Amino acid sequence: MRIIRSKAAVAFSALALTLTACGSDSSTPEVEVVDNPEFAAGSTMAKLSEAGSIKVGTKFDQPGFGLVGLDDEVQGFDVEVAKIIAGALGIAPENVEFSPATSDIREQVIEDGAVDMVVATYTINDERAERITFAGPYYTAGQQLMVKSDNDTVSGPEDLNDPDITVCSVTGSTPSEQIKEYLADESQLVLFDIYDKCAESLANGQVDVVTTDNVILLGFVANSDGDFKLVGEQFTDEPYGIGIAKGDVEFCNFINETLAANEDKYVEAWDATAGQNEGTETPALPEPNECK
Amino acid sequence: MDAVIDYFDPVLSNLDLFGSGLLRSLGICLWAMVGSLVLGTVIAAFRVSPIPALQAFGTAWVTIWRNSPLSVVLFFMAFGIPAVGINASFYTFGIIGLVIYTSAFVCEALRSGINSVQAGQAEAARAIGLTFTQSLTQIILPQAFRTSVPPVGSVIIAMFKNSAVVGAFGVGQDLFSIQKNLVSAQGFRYIPVLTGVAVGYLIITLTASVVLEVLERKVAIAR
Repeated sequence: MRIIRSKAAVAFSALALTLTACGSDSSTPEVEVVDNPEFAAGSTMAKLSEAGSIKVGTKFDQPGFGLVGLDDEVQGFDVEVAKIIAGALGIAPENVEFSPATSDIREQVIEDGAVDMVVATYTINDERAERITFAGPYYTAGQQLMVKSDNDTVSGPEDLNDPDITVCSVTGSTPSEQIKEYLADESQLVLFDIYDKCAESLANGQVDVVTTDNVILLGFVANSDGDFKLVGEQFTDEPYGIGIAKGDVEFCNFINETLAANEDKYVEAWDATAGQNEGTETPALPEPNECK
Repeated sequence: MDAVIDYFDPVLSNLDLFGSGLLRSLGICLWAMVGSLVLGTVIAAFRVSPIPALQAFGTAWVTIWRNSPLSVVLFFMAFGIPAVGINASFYTFGIIGLVIYTSAFVCEALRSGINSVQAGQAEAARAIGLTFTQSLTQIILPQAFRTSVPPVGSVIIAMFKNSAVVGAFGVGQDLFSIQKNLVSAQGFRYIPVLTGVAVGYLIITLTASVVLEVLERKVAIAR
């Protein structure tokens, strides 16, 4: 029975490879799918591997990291990272089921068991770590400022200490909290539900500065026809982690080991997705945190 | 009991945040209430006036704003108006959008009140030589307001709840935005935080209901 299953798996993954090779989309790098991996009985890895599929929560509206295109397929760096991990579990990319995990429901979907893991530009912080376990970080973003190209008054966060300058970010995001210490007054902060609205307001002069993680801003700069530019150095570190069920240390270690063993795939994934934006640098895989 | 207190800790330990959100929302509500009552009355006067141009304007106003989704109206306020070069704070834009939208409903509720005033009242006013404006402001509207208290009140309470939408258009820090802040940045659970938000809105709307009831009893007339 076992032999038949693994033969079927080989046949299937061969078929999958052929399909991917013939597929119209050449931008997504191929992922290595481990053939019939062995895991300790009862572990999350064994369960997922046995089931042959994994449910992943990710952003559906974040260019470069997780964005649903017109073909209804979600694409981006987070998506590729999820596929690398799935591959190490013996799960082919087409058996990775993605569902949207917006910032406000990420902990909830993990706790409810609606997804097996969340890869969604998910900054590791202590409050969140109370409810879930973070594997990784797999990427370190940093907060930066975006202004109009003709703006020469703002060149870094120190220049925001002026009540007349308005700064835009997204409600409930880490950048919106961290920018507060640079502001003269909290009323300078304009908050929307999505970054597109911030970019629109920047274009028509309602706000002076947009701030969030640099990789997100670079996407807007790339699409602005030279209207926007980034200024100053990145002034925070935002380590992106992979959210899994609280206390699943085994799975957390597995994810960290998988990422460490697949650095070449990791770089390929970056180059094919978020790395396409001008001005981004190919990251080195950060040292993982201790799993707890 | 301890478990319950524990469960609602996200609310209890952030009462100051909820308080400031409540005040922010209340500010939006009060400004929008005053604005929409005044504007709604003016538009209602237009609709019943004898001048065709004003009638047409009033009808068009109600048709456009009553039939547009609030979020679309606010979108045009926050992004459309600045696009043509007029800039103001998002707070101002939000309130103006809410006022314009609600004024259409206030107008119609008020017009139903005006229609309930017997035609004889208007005829008698004209017969003793009052102008249209005089008969409207001194004879018709005072009677119309009394009958309109319940429907206008409902419109205003609906507007209080609609004020949550304004938070998504750059206003922020209002009661509903607090929820996003607590749930998404600080990782609190949805249900207790949303319960806190609901209680905040109930404080506003229930107070409004009580005020309305008192008002209704005060202005009630025996027919």
